[in-house]
Amino acid sequence: MTYVPELGYAATVTALVLALYGSAAAALGAKSRRPALVESSQRAAVGVWVLITCCMLLLIYAFLTFDFSVRYVANTTNRGTPYYYRITALWGALEGSIVLWAWMLSLYTLIVVVQYRRRRPEFYPWVLSVMLGIAAFFLLVMTIPAPPFERLSPIPADGRGLNPLLEDTGMITHPVALYLGFTGFTVPFAFALAALIIGRTGDEWITITRRWTIIAWYFLSLGLLIGGWWSYHVLGWGGYWAWDPVENAAFMPWLCATAFLHSVMIQERRRMLKLWNLTLIILTFALTVFGTFLTRSGIIGSVHAFTQGSIGQFFLGFLALVLLGSFSLLAWRLDRLNAQGELDSIVSRESVFLLNNVFLLAAAFTVFFGTVFPLLAEAVRGEKLSVGAPFFNLVNIPIFLGLLLLMGVGPLIAWRRASAENLRRNFLRPVLAGIGAAAILRVVGVGNTLVLVCMALVVFVSGTIVVDFSRAVRARHRTGRGWLPAAATLLLTQNRRYGGFIVHLGVLVVALGVAGSQAWSTQTEVTLERGQSMTLAGYTVRFDGLQASEESNHAKVTGAFTIGNGRALGVLYPAKKFYPQEQTPIAAVDYRLGLMEDLYVVLGDFARDGSHATIKVQVNRMVSWLWMGGLVLTLGAGLAILPDQRKSA
Amino acid sequence: MSPRRRHLRWLIPVGALPVLLLLGYGFRTDPREIPSPLLGKPAAPFTLKTFDGDQVSLEALRGRVVVVNFWASWCFPACYEEAPALARAWEAYKDRGVTMIGVNIQDKEEPARKFLARFGHTFPNAPDPVGRVSVDYGVYGVPETFFIDRAGRVRGKKVGAVTDELFRREVEPLLSEKG
Repeated sequence: MTYVPELGYAATVTALVLALYGSAAAALGAKSRRPALVESSQRAAVGVWVLITCCMLLLIYAFLTFDFSVRYVANTTNRGTPYYYRITALWGALEGSIVLWAWMLSLYTLIVVVQYRRRRPEFYPWVLSVMLGIAAFFLLVMTIPAPPFERLSPIPADGRGLNPLLEDTGMITHPVALYLGFTGFTVPFAFALAALIIGRTGDEWITITRRWTIIAWYFLSLGLLIGGWWSYHVLGWGGYWAWDPVENAAFMPWLCATAFLHSVMIQERRRMLKLWNLTLIILTFALTVFGTFLTRSGIIGSVHAFTQGSIGQFFLGFLALVLLGSFSLLAWRLDRLNAQGELDSIVSRESVFLLNNVFLLAAAFTVFFGTVFPLLAEAVRGEKLSVGAPFFNLVNIPIFLGLLLLMGVGPLIAWRRASAENLRRNFLRPVLAGIGAAAILRVVGVGNTLVLVCMALVVFVSGTIVVDFSRAVRARHRTGRGWLPAAATLLLTQNRRYGGFIVHLGVLVVALGVAGSQAWSTQTEVTLERGQSMTLAGYTVRFDGLQASEESNHAKVTGAFTIGNGRALGVLYPAKKFYPQEQTPIAAVDYRLGLMEDLYVVLGDFARDGSHATIKVQVNRMVSWLWMGGLVLTLGAGLAILPDQRKSA
Repeated sequence: MSPRRRHLRWLIPVGALPVLLLLGYGFRTDPREIPSPLLGKPAAPFTLKTFDGDQVSLEALRGRVVVVNFWASWCFPACYEEAPALARAWEAYKDRGVTMIGVNIQDKEEPARKFLARFGHTFPNAPDPVGRVSVDYGVYGVPETFFIDRAGRVRGKKVGAVTDELFRREVEPLLSEKG
């Protein structure tokens, strides 16, 4: 008998009370100008972080000691679970995920306290109030609908075990990155609400939260890519994105946040779009809540099996509060949200950025529409139906190609009104390069129009980046610096601009990966006798035999397949894992990753005596570019979140 | 902004309401309840050997209302929840022209027999040794129950545990139809 459940529950409830108190105290302190109250709420914020940290450590302790008196521990581990998965089992299911979420939120709140308590006296108390209010909601979820410390009685001898698909490094990192992204948007959202409340609707809140937004955006991007990687190497269908409602749930805030990242630049530069930017950050935050609602409420069918229960109602209530509350504030302050600048010309950077926003929001809307359409159809016509990849691809591919084009035009076209000279100087060579690239690819036999368009755009956008960067480096070189110092100082002093460019390059690499893998991947399914070979796209795969083994928490049948492409490439070991708690075996894919193509083998049915086995063999082209794009993205985001150097330079 | 127009601003938050209402409606539906494409179609024929060693054949039951229930002994708790309801339904309907067939899928014989003994099921129950019947009926998970009319067409399907109320709702209309 341990007291982990009681201790954890006490910490949760205390944290909830503290968060509620802190939220109210900060608001009251700001309204009645009583700094003592704000300071008190500040201590409450620290207390909330300490208590949630305790909750998390308690839960980890329960996992490490196999404390099956905690229902959550019994549900997500068993005695065979290796210790590292026992730690990451913390976010292996709903209740623990909420703990992780709440902890990250409290951590962000703590950082806000440390950073802004002396620097932003007008914004700070309201930001604190909003963030603690949001933390209170998650603590409420931890108290009532999804308690991680619920006691299980009688105590079982062994637990059920983690969902085997989650026993993977991708699953260790994917939720962490995703939640860091989701919770990260709370900071700009809180500053936006604070700006509305105190009526300072200029661009202060945007300048303050710029780096926060990039950090959140970066983690969300990383989370999406790691999710794709997990899907690719664990699920065994050879794909990385399926337009599943749960994927869409994370993609919609990303689209909205990307629009926000770009449109704030217009406000900073031209004092336009105040209302629009506030709307975008409210929508982004609301979409993170909506995403969680979608995945946790069970209202929409998904391949991701999630628990149902009253948690959906809690999240819907919170979503209603966020939307109605924020938009009411917006409506109340509408008079202060008039633009000071105006659009001078269609051919200008402002209008290209606006178009970029329209495209991104259109994509977000189609994803939203496709995701909730089954619900709408059922409400209106009583029909059950599902919306699949064909719809999303049909609508989104043109939008994304359009976005690629704008990605090349936006950063180089002049503000206010672009002259013919500006256009010629910046775009003539990249356009020619893009067309030339497409022509060459056409000649060497690439027939797929979409791929040709995509490649042409990628070359065009890269061309614009090269034109801009080389011109700036030459300018510095002329002032007497060497080429390398000129390039390095340029990157560091104009870190925001060139960080953005590098992120763009990362996106281009991802785009190439998507286009290439969709157009050129190939697969087949065959049954092989032992010793027999098959060939696909220049690869030979020979079935050498099967071997059975007992792992700590499952039984495993592993196939050995010698692969080659003219020369020997080694042996692949795809397997099937049999977990006692699962009714169906889980396939463990094996693959040989390459720069241009991956060989990917999935073990299907097999004869018990090892005489024959059915396998699915795929040659997936350019999928690695997605992961490389993620690395480039990381570099760019890292550069962009360095403090803005322009003022000091 | 004119005073009249000032009121319009509150349409901004109100605009969020339809979406919220739609999402709220979602709680009233179950996305896992997928209508079977088999509804209205002739039920796939099968002949199985029951645990008692008898032959049970769907085709021989034409003219009777047939309820086919797919279950497994490892399916806890749903199959255990519905078992008493199945036993009650059998008692209530067996003399009114209804035949119930239990199809035991992906199971081992011994726990399956234990399950039957535990609930005292007396209607025909048969294992589906190669899983052909469950494939024909598109069984996704257990329990699933199909309601077949006198003409041998699938008329109703229930995913998850059945209840007394559900039985009444599904079976009574089929009984009142002429074969």
